[in-house]
Amino acid sequence: MSDRIRVVIAKPGMDGHDRGAKIIARALRDAGMEVIYTGIFQTSESIVETVLQEDADVLGVSILSGTYEHYAKEIGGMLRENGLGDVLFLLGGTVSRQDVNRLKGYGVAEVFGAGAHTQDIVGYIREWAAAREKAG
Amino acid sequence: MEVASLAQRVLEGERRALARAISLVEDGRARDAEILAALYPHTGNAHRVGVTGPPGCGKSTLVNALARTMRQRGLKLGIVAVDPTSPFTGGAILGDRIRMGDLVGDPGIFIRSMATRGSLGGLARATSGVIEVLDAAGFDVVIVETVGAGQSEVGIAQTVHTTIVIEVPGLGDDIQAIKAGILEVADVLVVNKADQPQAENTFRALRAMLDVGAPHSGAAGHHAPRAMLAGEDDGKGVEKLSDKGWKIPILKTIASEGQGVEALLDAVQAHRAYLVEGGRLAALARARVASELETLLREALLAELADSLGPQEIERTIDEVLARRLDPHSAVDGLVRLARRSRRGKGRRSRAGVQAQPAETD
Amino acid sequence: MADATRAQTSAETAAKDSRQRWQDGPLAESLSRFPHRKEAFRTISGIPIGDLYTPDDIADIEFERDIGYPGDYPFTRGVHASMYRGRLWTIRQVAGFGTAEDTNRRYKYLLAHGETGLSTDFDLPTLLGRDSDHPFARAEVGKIGVAIDTLRDAELLWEGISLDQVSTSMTITAPASVLIAMYEAVAHQHGLGGEQVMGTAQNDILKEYTAQNEYIFPPEPAVQLVVDTMEYCARTMPRFNPVSVSGYHIREAGATAAQELAFTLAAGFTYAHKAVERGLDIDFVAPRLSFFFDLHIDFFEEIAKLRAARRMWAHLMREKLGARDPHSWTLRTHCQTAGVSLTAQQIENNIVRTAVEAMAGVLGGTQSMHTNSMDEAYQIPSEKAIKIAVRTQQILAAESGIADVVDPLAGSYYVETLTKRVEEEAWDILKQIEDVGGMIRAVETGFIQQQIADSSYTFQRQVESGERTIVGVNEYMEDEAGELSPDLFFQVDPEAAERQIARLNQVRAERDNRAVTRALSGLRQAALGKTNTMPHIAEAVRAYASIGEICDVFREVFGEYRPPIVY
Repeated sequence: MSDRIRVVIAKPGMDGHDRGAKIIARALRDAGMEVIYTGIFQTSESIVETVLQEDADVLGVSILSGTYEHYAKEIGGMLRENGLGDVLFLLGGTVSRQDVNRLKGYGVAEVFGAGAHTQDIVGYIREWAAAREKAG
Repeated sequence: MEVASLAQRVLEGERRALARAISLVEDGRARDAEILAALYPHTGNAHRVGVTGPPGCGKSTLVNALARTMRQRGLKLGIVAVDPTSPFTGGAILGDRIRMGDLVGDPGIFIRSMATRGSLGGLARATSGVIEVLDAAGFDVVIVETVGAGQSEVGIAQTVHTTIVIEVPGLGDDIQAIKAGILEVADVLVVNKADQPQAENTFRALRAMLDVGAPHSGAAGHHAPRAMLAGEDDGKGVEKLSDKGWKIPILKTIASEGQGVEALLDAVQAHRAYLVEGGRLAALARARVASELETLLREALLAELADSLGPQEIERTIDEVLARRLDPHSAVDGLVRLARRSRRGKGRRSRAGVQAQPAETD
Repeated sequence: MADATRAQTSAETAAKDSRQRWQDGPLAESLSRFPHRKEAFRTISGIPIGDLYTPDDIADIEFERDIGYPGDYPFTRGVHASMYRGRLWTIRQVAGFGTAEDTNRRYKYLLAHGETGLSTDFDLPTLLGRDSDHPFARAEVGKIGVAIDTLRDAELLWEGISLDQVSTSMTITAPASVLIAMYEAVAHQHGLGGEQVMGTAQNDILKEYTAQNEYIFPPEPAVQLVVDTMEYCARTMPRFNPVSVSGYHIREAGATAAQELAFTLAAGFTYAHKAVERGLDIDFVAPRLSFFFDLHIDFFEEIAKLRAARRMWAHLMREKLGARDPHSWTLRTHCQTAGVSLTAQQIENNIVRTAVEAMAGVLGGTQSMHTNSMDEAYQIPSEKAIKIAVRTQQILAAESGIADVVDPLAGSYYVETLTKRVEEEAWDILKQIEDVGGMIRAVETGFIQQQIADSSYTFQRQVESGERTIVGVNEYMEDEAGELSPDLFFQVDPEAAERQIARLNQVRAERDNRAVTRALSGLRQAALGKTNTMPHIAEAVRAYASIGEICDVFREVFGEYRPPIVY
């Protein structure tokens, strides 16, 4: 594992609302992480391939167009198929509360909706990384 | 993961293993040396191309276009995209992939984003290590795209065969590269965004600069590092090699539309052919190895020296020089002598301890 | 004269003295018992707020020049002389999801509950000029808006709606010209003449590059397409607003009030200016330019922003572009309460936020308004939530009394000071835009995007540091593990995409494909030859060419845009 936490921030589909993704990217950078930003209009395949090539520890996917069901399922499945099941998969954006548990079933570790604090996300990633370190 | 099996999987072209190996090398810890040692015998085949230029000149877009053209010519390529680390937080946003969307998913291409992290020297070494890994993995070409300001590209230019320097019109009255000193490392010059109004001026200014600067900088092209280990003559020899045949081309491109990219690739390949011809590539490689060994040796020796002297001794010597009781040259002589003695002392102690080593000759 | 000056000076001195007395006396005493709650008071955009304001603060404001009368230059107080005493603002809730039939049903529900105008949200494939069966589109069809592929969908969308009675707005930009052509075609099918048709297209492409990211083509040709629609509509549908210059998305992307104002006016100015460059009379196109602003949660600042917007636009049109028709000087605007101010936590609180924001819209003099539904932070609104949103406007209009007098806050020391301050900041930004070479250049270089990104990050940090309180988010939090109440649950029909694609295939099979090819080739010639593309788009639409087919012609001629990278 790398010394620095490497995070891929990705926006799948046709949704161009990238305010949240950019704020998260800046906050994670300011927390000392290396953030690979894919830009908008990504496919699930290109996101998972990016995670693989970049040897990322964390994948953050931001969706505000209501397509999270589709992409969480597709990306979660592809991560596992590519032996990337140990990557921390986070989802951000507008997500209906009653859908969260189902999304976790697809491999999403946590959902950060509208109003989530960047520092909560930073804290979540750090705790996860510390636990992983401990587990070896 | 076992280093040996990881190396084996890299050689077999497994992308996940390749990504892991790059991380190891980038981190520069103990296993870094092991994985490089395992892969090193399989390197030396890739054409290493550096791409640099000021921020906003369209580097990533040009790399994207160049990579597509290389793929059309049947070449497999690795891309290393370097972006700066924030000096305040140690973090970085690596966004070069945004411009390379076309390339993701092509099995003939592997892209890796790298942050500059610590020192410039460290960056050059990490980059060079990452290039070796991609080379060993069987890519025909490895492109390194670097942040376009300052010393870092000079360091990286020394680890590649062909350096493309990009300029764009209208980034100021005088050409930025002169200030940054990166023109001197160029083997191929590109005026990107050639459809902009100032393009012709930029082109002419570059042309004029190359003509004027021909004897010393321009035509010298790609400097190989002048390494002590390689000997004074060899160092000069590399410069002379470049003097002879290579005329630095200046090309116009509109990377966003793919215009001029075929011609650019032709120039890059011509440079490669020029280097191969007459053994220049071999000479360059030799000079590079010499320089690399020298750097490593210097660091190793210095570390060893400092270790055997201890910090107090060095501090004390600094005080002596400051007080003008000692001049720096005599101070260094004294330190070296002292270090040798102390090493011998240590050697005796260790022999006394384990009774194994033959006596050191000094 | 000298006496008058002396008298004025002594009056000013007296005012300063009395203010000093108050500060040293009552204020100091009060602060010793109740110190300020915060170290500094600022508007949500960061403008410092003093303890209070006095005639001193507005000493350089001249009534006739700066405030004046509603319906008269510089229109600070409103674009109509009698404002809401004559006609209330239009209650215009945006709606759109699933297929055209789904959205048409929602329209009829809204009209039945007292809505007075319509507005359409489109799904992402439509917004980006792609057909519903494009490989990238499948997951998005009907999700955040209605899916429109061909004229057949448009016919169903406006079925039973009187396009001469109820004005309809279309929230679409990059392919707006295609939707305008569909709208016109449907109106003709309904037997209406062009001069009867009312409506608006958003069609403000510049804000897509800076804030919303729903662009297709590079800025230069894209702005020319906007001018095509301005010219065409002025000739064929004189009551139709071809552009709604939008600050809303800029603000939602994180800009300050002054940035929202400046970037929006700069965009409006650019369209008008480009039309003039094409040889059109400014008074031929400017009267139909309309606007769209955000109503954020900072009550007074939003009122000040709307008042400043009208004053600045009047100035720009009359002084800078030489417009002579007063209709060219007036900034008519739609407003929407701030989506970003809604929280996913304790969603009922959003009703209150929306009411406060809507009140600022009315006091700021908007011409039409959308009030957000409480559940809009995470889904297409449920019927119950959207009805409350409509009722909010009705309560403001009928019960609160705020609509019964024109511009009641004029002359308020604070509101006038704030209006002036927001205006000054916006003029400064406009100057900066001019200095980098105009709005298109400022967009291409990422200048605007960087300013927005910085403001947005600053605000986020203020919220997280607790400097800004958001109820239910960083204070007064509750544990909300429970499920949503079922009457607030809404889901787009998961079968909508299948039905939509089936219809598209049917249209493709039934239409005269030679007519489509002919129309598209005419369009290509127009785009290449830089003549007005609208008549050719209209022909293609009538031949049932799809939005994807039409936009592909432009993609081929203009290329696709790649933006500068800004964080």
